[in-house]
Amino acid sequence: MAKRFDIQRMPGFKTVAAVTFVLLYMPIFLLVIYSFNAGTSIAIWEGFSWRWYVSAWDNQQVQEATVRSLIIAFWASAISTTLAVLAALATTRTPKFKGQSAVFAMINQPLMVPEIVTAVALLIFFAMIKVATGYTGLLYLIIAHTAFCIPFAYLPIRARLTGMDLALEQAAADLYAPPFRVFTRITLPQLWPGILAGAMLAFVISLDDVVITEFVKSAGQDTLPTYMLGQLRRVVTPEVNAISTVLLGISVTMVVAFTALSKLKT
Amino acid sequence: MTAAISVRNLRKVYPGSPEVVALADASIDIEDNEFFTLLGPSGCGKTTLLRMIAGFEHPTSGTLTMHGKDLANLPPYQRPVNTVFQSYALFPHMTVAQNIGFGLEMLGKPKAEIKQTVGEMMELVKMSQMADRQTGQISGGQQQRVALARALAPRPRVLLLDEPLSALDFKLRKDMQLELKRLQMETGITFIFVTHDQEEALTMSDRIAVMSAGTIRQIGGPRDIYDHPAERFVADFIGDTNFVPAEVAASKGTDADVTLSSGKVIAARMPEGEAMQGKVTLAVRPEHASICPEAEALLPGTLSEIVYFGTDTHYHVALDDGTGFVVRRQNRPDEISGFSTGDRIGVQFAPGVGQVLRD
Repeated sequence: MAKRFDIQRMPGFKTVAAVTFVLLYMPIFLLVIYSFNAGTSIAIWEGFSWRWYVSAWDNQQVQEATVRSLIIAFWASAISTTLAVLAALATTRTPKFKGQSAVFAMINQPLMVPEIVTAVALLIFFAMIKVATGYTGLLYLIIAHTAFCIPFAYLPIRARLTGMDLALEQAAADLYAPPFRVFTRITLPQLWPGILAGAMLAFVISLDDVVITEFVKSAGQDTLPTYMLGQLRRVVTPEVNAISTVLLGISVTMVVAFTALSKLKT
Repeated sequence: MTAAISVRNLRKVYPGSPEVVALADASIDIEDNEFFTLLGPSGCGKTTLLRMIAGFEHPTSGTLTMHGKDLANLPPYQRPVNTVFQSYALFPHMTVAQNIGFGLEMLGKPKAEIKQTVGEMMELVKMSQMADRQTGQISGGQQQRVALARALAPRPRVLLLDEPLSALDFKLRKDMQLELKRLQMETGITFIFVTHDQEEALTMSDRIAVMSAGTIRQIGGPRDIYDHPAERFVADFIGDTNFVPAEVAASKGTDADVTLSSGKVIAARMPEGEAMQGKVTLAVRPEHASICPEAEALLPGTLSEIVYFGTDTHYHVALDDGTGFVVRRQNRPDEISGFSTGDRIGVQFAPGVGQVLRD
């Protein structure tokens, strides 16, 4: 019998793996380390200090950008998750219809169209609306974020729905539950982990966005990532490292929670 | 009296190329308090028929009535029937008691009444100790009981059971067969039971409809179906059968005289409403025939094989007309057949035992 191909036995496998991991995590590791630097440099270590965290915390611009980021991420994830639930139900709980794969592709469009294209398109589109209505509030950013968050919320919810035993919903209907009660009593309670996972993923994706936000935002509407980008163009201090480290902490927590929820069995 | 469930020329066609005829013009009347079984191999349309009665599938044509009332436009949640699913389909986020009470809750029954009925149902299926368990924490057999109690709790006029025993192991299945029969007698509810297991069907049913390729082949009581299969498929699907070539000599109603290949003439049964002529096939069950010395034979031949089965022994006979015949003989400690392989031997069976099969 021929031996099965085992990539772990290839010469140099361990080296390649080690180098890959170092390249992936070393920069992040350094970023975290230097966020605790007592000096003003992001490259020369001068001792341990919390000063940049304190500085970021006291920085009014950081405060405002953080609040703005959270507001946008909250609404974008809430709206996109709601829409994603409806889309997932329509694509899994109805008889197969013509053009179903086309609909699937359209829902996931933001995953395929280059972000910069969407950004430019939204910039032009929203500019026209701004001229017409005079409204320049946060709603544009919320709408834009909602749009690109939909597939991230949709995919885990849909996966959960397709994994669910259809007989459960039939059993409920058989036991005199009309369609809406089947949804609230049977489908929804089992869908929760998927919904939460989708919402969290959408939240993190929104929190992290630079490209679309940069194009769509009006003056004075910096989110945390665009604020940091703006800072980097001027003086670079470990304050940026400190903010990044906090963001990293939030993202990691969310991803861990997302993974745990995805695996959760009912 | 109108039938509990009356099925008239019910047809189900799944579109596509080629289109699939899952059920071809089936007609059945199922009476009140009856244990009625739909029996057939997978793909015969039995589950499709059950799902149409439940309301999960829509008939392509034909009518479906319950106590004279048309069911066609009623969605599942308005039909007074309940289903025990093959996969049980217990709600995983609810306790045993909540599962059993779900139907009553949806019907808007008062809390006190729900509590009482749930208690009775758990008693009935011997699950009273398990009320607050999650459905994931109980065994397969217990889940089966909960599924049953959940479907019985709203007191449906008709209970539909879709191969509910197929996931259980042999011993448990045997117990549950008796249990189901007991529940049916105690509750007086009409049971419509779907299975591919012929033994299960014979054990539990008042009547059986044998199905194949979307059509109903024969409807009758277990004895009727077993002793007098109307056609080759039924004879072959249920139990073991010898197919004996014969020729009709005379017939009147269900009585006929047939000539066997040996030239001997014997009384046989004609299927209901048939008057077949010429060459026919006769079905004879292995245990309805016996072996005998060649001189007394209805059909002479050579004993080709003796297979011992513990409770009985199978004698394989190579008949002189070129066909094979198996005789099953119950083993008794004080009896030996006295024949051995290679002996000249005969097969005989009583008048009226052979059943003429429809083509």
